Amino acid sequence: MTDKFISIEAIARRYPGADGKETTVFENLWLSMGRGEFGCVIGHSGCGKTTVLNILAGLDEPSEGAVIVDGQAIEGTSLDRAVIFQSHALLPWRTVLGNVAYAVTSKWRNWDRAKVKAHAQTFIDLVGLTGSEHKRPSELSGGMKQRVGIARALSITPKIMLMDEPFSALDALTRGTLQDEVRRICLETGQTAFMITHDVDEAIYLADKIFLMTNGPGAVLAEIVENPLPKDRGRIDLHRHPYYYALRNHIVDFLVSRSKTFASDVTNHDPRNVPVVRPGLSEPTIVSAPNLVETGSAQTVAR
Amino acid sequence: MTSSLRFRAAVVSIALFAAFLGIWHLATRPTAAAHNMSPEYAKLMGLTATQGKSAMPGPLDVGAKLWEHLRQPFYDNGPNDKGLGIQLGYSIARVGLGYFLAVIVAIPLGFLIGMSPLISKALDPFIQVLKPISPLAWMPLALYTIKDSSISAIFVIFICSVWPMLLNTAFGVAAVRKEWINVARTLEVGTVRRAFTVILPAAAPTILTGMRISIGIAWLVIVAAEMLVGGTGIGYFVWNEWNNLSITNVIIAILLIGIVGMLLDQILARFTRMVTFPE
Repeated sequence: MTDKFISIEAIARRYPGADGKETTVFENLWLSMGRGEFGCVIGHSGCGKTTVLNILAGLDEPSEGAVIVDGQAIEGTSLDRAVIFQSHALLPWRTVLGNVAYAVTSKWRNWDRAKVKAHAQTFIDLVGLTGSEHKRPSELSGGMKQRVGIARALSITPKIMLMDEPFSALDALTRGTLQDEVRRICLETGQTAFMITHDVDEAIYLADKIFLMTNGPGAVLAEIVENPLPKDRGRIDLHRHPYYYALRNHIVDFLVSRSKTFASDVTNHDPRNVPVVRPGLSEPTIVSAPNLVETGSAQTVAR
Repeated sequence: MTSSLRFRAAVVSIALFAAFLGIWHLATRPTAAAHNMSPEYAKLMGLTATQGKSAMPGPLDVGAKLWEHLRQPFYDNGPNDKGLGIQLGYSIARVGLGYFLAVIVAIPLGFLIGMSPLISKALDPFIQVLKPISPLAWMPLALYTIKDSSISAIFVIFICSVWPMLLNTAFGVAAVRKEWINVARTLEVGTVRRAFTVILPAAAPTILTGMRISIGIAWLVIVAAEMLVGGTGIGYFVWNEWNNLSITNVIIAILLIGIVGMLLDQILARFTRMVTFPE
């Protein structure tokens, strides 16, 4: 058994329906992650991804089950678990420095102003916003706002960073640079991170483990995909790696068809022992992939 | 472009004002004096009948009288003859006091209503019934219980300014974005600190808007309240001058009520701008 830094144990979330019946978003969900791992959840809308993240954050409570982080069952929100919100959620009446300092003073209440400022500045520099400390969120671009959100989350040196589709509202170029930043920061600091995304390439680039969820209601964690790409992968040449297409096709296939049919196809699914898949060369569909890459022509694949 | 628009608007405003004064002046010109009136009868009649002077004062009469008032705003010749500055001062002091009391009550209570759905639902029927009551309807009850006309007027100001502030505060607090609350929750910010660092700044523009509506209503009501309670204040001045049949003074009072009301509104508008944040 690997080190279980985060362990989600048999959680369920039910909402009271209009007709008195309960709607079960998911139940008996088990999920674990090791320290320093980057986990990504992929699934269609309505599968309860955000609910899982909110439960991890403590913003929502599971109807059943428990979540254990670093050996302790979580109860409510905590400064150990920082959240990067999809909508950045900066306080618009505070400056960049003010927003980060607000988080810093929340964690270390007895620090004096100078210490708080210096600490906040470190993280503003880390996300590359040096010089914009005194701007208000309304004066920043979408990407810069999300950088502040990242700086705010990191500034409290959390055990886990939780991200709810943090880059989905950004344009492709900005998203790319921010993914680079997040990857660099997580690798440098050994940060444990849990992220929700819709973007397959984002998951492939960032995640060590990709959690595939089937469609809700009654969603289950169908598979854990281990990322076979090397740790030092770069965003630019990611798609040239021989395992890339195997991994990508596996995830896309799941999202396109298997996420719908999973419940009827797989009858012996054990939510406690979710199969771990490591797509690689042995994947029959793309067995000649490395050769194709060597020829360097996409046309060959088509013929 | 903007400055030129403002300039053109100012020109049109001045032109309209000049036209208004001109029409007013022409409409109140003296008509031909009566010639064949017996002198004894003429003595009994005023200038209106004998000299053909208009019953309505013209702009020049009002201007002259206004100048007289402005030169001596704070004279005090007994209960029925005080300077306009003193009368306005009384009114502003009453409005200020009643309004201040309303702020003290409405903002904390509004916070409570906004933050607690239970309190909100429980107090809702009372607010719905009390809100539409004309503040002056409280006057007899206030006079009977408080037994002091001046404090009763302050109470009436309090009761009329409390509702917009209360409702706007409750709405502003309840409508604070969930994500900002969640930020505070994930940072383990306590309830009190959350109220002051997240909810108050987020709801401040709405609260200030309620305060701005309240000061407007308070200034409307004080005139009527002072007409009832009498003694001092600009409302009493208007009624007293009506009893004196001094239409000139009534017009001057109307003008000053408008200007003071505008200034009060502008002060609150400035405060509102100070707490408004761009999204």
